[in-house]
Amino acid sequence: MQKYSAWALLREAFGGQRGWQSQWRRASPAPEYDAIIIGGGGHGLAAAYYLAAEHGITRTAVLEKSWIGGGSTGRNTTIVRSNYLFDESARLYDHALDLWQDLAQVLNYNVMYSPRGVMMLAHGVHDVQVLKRHVHANRCNGVTNEWLSPEEAKAFCPPLNIEPNIRYPVLGAALQRRGGTARHDAVAWGYARAADALGVDIVENCEVTGIRRDASGAVAAVETSRGLIKSRRIGVSAAGFSSVVIGLAGVRLPIESFPLQALVSEPVKPVVPCVVMSGSIHAYISQSDKGELVIGAGTDAYTSYTQRGALHVNSHTLAAICELFPTLRRMRMLRNWAGTVDVTTDRSPIIGKTPVPGLYVNCGWGTGGFKATPGAGHLLAWTMAHDEPHPIVAPFNIERFRDGRLIDEAAAAAVAH
Amino acid sequence: MLIINCPYCGPRPELEFSYAGQAHVARPADPSATGDDEWTAYLYLRTNTRGVHAERWRHARGCARFFNALRDTTTDRFRRDLSER
Repeated sequence: MQKYSAWALLREAFGGQRGWQSQWRRASPAPEYDAIIIGGGGHGLAAAYYLAAEHGITRTAVLEKSWIGGGSTGRNTTIVRSNYLFDESARLYDHALDLWQDLAQVLNYNVMYSPRGVMMLAHGVHDVQVLKRHVHANRCNGVTNEWLSPEEAKAFCPPLNIEPNIRYPVLGAALQRRGGTARHDAVAWGYARAADALGVDIVENCEVTGIRRDASGAVAAVETSRGLIKSRRIGVSAAGFSSVVIGLAGVRLPIESFPLQALVSEPVKPVVPCVVMSGSIHAYISQSDKGELVIGAGTDAYTSYTQRGALHVNSHTLAAICELFPTLRRMRMLRNWAGTVDVTTDRSPIIGKTPVPGLYVNCGWGTGGFKATPGAGHLLAWTMAHDEPHPIVAPFNIERFRDGRLIDEAAAAAVAH
Repeated sequence: MLIINCPYCGPRPELEFSYAGQAHVARPADPSATGDDEWTAYLYLRTNTRGVHAERWRHARGCARFFNALRDTTTDRFRRDLSER
């Protein structure tokens, strides 16, 4: 792997920029691997990287049906935070947040992780109670989170409108200073490059069309658009398409896939200094380093795989944004799109083993998977390498739905859904 | 926005409707005699079909009635000929 450094930049500046190598090989699939990851998004690429880097399983392939990072990884609003209510969630998301801290150094790739603070707004008495409960629960779990008065919220984010006479007045906010944003594409590319350097094959344009099982029921191979590939260890990390992929092995998942929309404005000078989220009125906004305002909306009402949603969902979000940030009212929007999000009933992910030996799953991240990218990959890799769930992900098993041990972040209103 | 054909009122914009999920999910007749796996399937497991999906809608801001419809989840187009009361 060609190491990136100030020295490399200088050398290429004087060398006409002709010495840069491609960041990963364009691999063709081998007949057999020790491990296969289905899904070349951030989560899948991270899992492949950690399988190779921490568990020595370098004969690994990532199979991606189109191009890497082109699904939900490239479509989300890049928010990173860990202020979840329950003990299990706090451990899971904070594990990911810990890995974000030095990810750029570990991967030798600038993932542009920017802990600029994530502020969640309260617009009613119920919001205030719920967010304060989150702050206290987070503190008990060692997760940073603090309560701000409306004036303190405005001091932290000056364009915020805290007038009491607006339709959804700001009654306070919960601020996680350690939260922020990262560059989504760079996360996928950084993991791909680092995994490739360790010998992992990243196979694009390779759609899995079948999962073969041997006489004992264990996984034996995958059928793909580029031929049969054998492996006795298969991890599915296919986000919105998880039901479809894992259904090939006869397993049913308690998830449904919905469109989730986002949009960006024309780029402007820095105006929104942090991430502002309002779960109650479905508005999520931050500003990219390029200057675009990145705005996330709510999910559409119906299940769909189209990766597009309806305009009225965006309009609803923009109405809220315009009221919270009157200064943005005349901004023009450049692009809007949707991703397909895999939503579980309790809004918590499913990570771990499946009823099929050798088949592992990482799905159900719903509307909030990007923040967990390093953690999900790290823990899926551990689980695949040891054939047992990592203690952090053990509560996030499939059986929790049967056993009534839901991790019900949906009932806790601060979750974006 | 989807234009949804209510079998009672005709085509109306999506905003008049609420989505009611997969169709034909029947509550087990005798819950106390139902095993954990069957009950789990009833509560949580859905087909999440990629393709033609049988689903329920309710014309909540109209006639308020439920109906079944078939929609292709890869195009969001309804199979109008097969909407049923």
